Amino acid sequence: MTSLQLKLTRKDPLSPRITRFRFEHPRAAELPAFSGGAHVMVEMRDGERLHRNAYSLISDPSDRTGYEIAVQREDGGRGGSRFMHGQTRIGMVMNIGLPVNLFALDLTARKHLLIAGGVGVTPFLAQIPQLARLGAAYELHYAVRRREELAALPLLPAGAAVHVHVGAEGRRLDLAALLAAQPLGTHLYVCASERMIRAARETALAQGWPQEAVHSEQFLAPAPGEPFEVHCAASDRTLSVGAEQSLLEALEAAGIETPWLCRGGACGQCETAVLACDGSIEHRDHWLEPAERASRIMPCVSRFRGRLLTIDR
Amino acid sequence: MTMTFNSETFRGDYSYRNSPAAIRRFPFPFDRDSYMYSVNMEPHRGGPAGSVFERRFDVDEHYIAEMEDRAITLSRDPGRCQSLPHMTLAGWDLLELIMRSKAEDYPELFELHRDGDRWHWTNRPLGIEDSFTFLDDATLPCGPMEYITRQTQGDFALLDQRDGNLWMDAGMVTSQADWSLDFDIGMNFFEWHAPVPRAAEMGIFQRALKFLLNIGQDNPARRLNWTMTVNPRLDTSPETYPEWGPEKRMLTRGNVGERQFLRVELQSFWRLPRSNALAFPIRCYLCSLQDLATVPKWGRRLHRVIRDLPEDLAAYKGFAVNRRLIVDYLAGFDDGLPTSPGIFPD
Repeated sequence: MTSLQLKLTRKDPLSPRITRFRFEHPRAAELPAFSGGAHVMVEMRDGERLHRNAYSLISDPSDRTGYEIAVQREDGGRGGSRFMHGQTRIGMVMNIGLPVNLFALDLTARKHLLIAGGVGVTPFLAQIPQLARLGAAYELHYAVRRREELAALPLLPAGAAVHVHVGAEGRRLDLAALLAAQPLGTHLYVCASERMIRAARETALAQGWPQEAVHSEQFLAPAPGEPFEVHCAASDRTLSVGAEQSLLEALEAAGIETPWLCRGGACGQCETAVLACDGSIEHRDHWLEPAERASRIMPCVSRFRGRLLTIDR
Repeated sequence: MTMTFNSETFRGDYSYRNSPAAIRRFPFPFDRDSYMYSVNMEPHRGGPAGSVFERRFDVDEHYIAEMEDRAITLSRDPGRCQSLPHMTLAGWDLLELIMRSKAEDYPELFELHRDGDRWHWTNRPLGIEDSFTFLDDATLPCGPMEYITRQTQGDFALLDQRDGNLWMDAGMVTSQADWSLDFDIGMNFFEWHAPVPRAAEMGIFQRALKFLLNIGQDNPARRLNWTMTVNPRLDTSPETYPEWGPEKRMLTRGNVGERQFLRVELQSFWRLPRSNALAFPIRCYLCSLQDLATVPKWGRRLHRVIRDLPEDLAAYKGFAVNRRLIVDYLAGFDDGLPTSPGIFPD
């Protein structure tokens, strides 16, 4: 996969846990265009470890002079966001993958209803300028627990159609009322916690929204877990997957080629056949259908618990 | 590099012809002596010097004549170019992709100057020079997809990506192998492929769709497809079937070599950055059997492929009625010797 070598030119704290990063071409060349909702894969060389984290682009897609992302520091995570906050320096050159969009706007919609939970606002920050330029009808509902978490407010363009919902101030988002009031032809986009996505989806479907008018994105970071053993039948090798390592990372460290795109359980690229399973697979992806889960695994986010997993790699 | 363009027609007197150099670079689609469907995709990242794969959008000696033929077809049937309202942005994406590629790949033929959103485009072969504002529809004489595809060989479909599927929501289609944009517009990937025999049962479409949905900005892909056409006609559409269908019955032992053409499509697939749509150019190349047989490997191989093709595929590709004639003619070029792997001449 091609990546761009871009220079970190700005690092601005937006809230106690969220920082915005801006990357530009070292010789000020124009960057490839992208569409609102796209993400980039950011590579971080952290000593011996290589982190690859996907972050939504938050800058205006018409700005070809730089890419901006917002990173929330996850102190209990595997270290990528801590690296971004603590170890990056202005002027550093980093590998940034080309933009990929798994959460694109449906341009057939008559209206776009955007619901953001906390840092889930990030893809909408690029979609809103795009919608404004297209002259499309849209509304953003931005829900947080406390007011200081409204990190994205200053980044929204003047005149943006934004409604803020702060739980601690007794102004929680009333999903049922909001969805019931939408005109026919509205598309719903939710980027939030798994719980909020489920609530929005269930509410919409119960109200008779068409399935194809409901879109959601939840990027999974590969969560740490117990170490496990995996046998790669095609390459005839047995690997140990460390507690802080994903199965995909273990395959890569062993030089066993595996395609990937999102590394977050959503795109389907790294889908791998399970040949034998002496134990149980912890499926954490959004890709496999329930019926496929006995015979497939997504090595970017899913893990195994038991004696030995045998896969077709 | 200087390029000369043929003065020729794809209808009426059918004066279309291939120069010896054009025959040598013809994209012969068979890499072995038999044919069956496959998801035969490969990265579209150039190819051997002089081949049709070398440049992103191949321009050859037929360029001007093909654009004249497209203009005739459009004047008779404007429905060959359609774009649903949500596809205008994808049209601009396509315009940018083609203009930048052509200006970089053929600087002596095409020039693009950009000053922010103010663009200036020069197309020397067609004598076009225009200034316009990028993304402002009012500054072009027609929609962006129509504007650039009136200047680019090959048909174009713009596929919107949503609901885990691809939707044929815009296109410029005047050189098609018997399919209709007007019929297919708005259909999804499975719907527009429904007439293809066998492939669905083989699971080809599920695999192909999955591949296409994941095409990224940095990895355009391509494949070859083929059929047979009597006379060098670009516009073999369902809409004009009464004009060309009867020509299939005019083939004789005396004229099959000259009048029967192998029709090859160089299909490519491009992720469009602003709209997230997929551009699907379908570039048609035509070569008569007698010209193909000047390459001994191709004469031998084409005979074996056509002779052994399952009957339903011959019917779908529209040449079952002439198969006997074609096979008998090609048999004269097959001495039974082995052929080398790959598509290129020895």
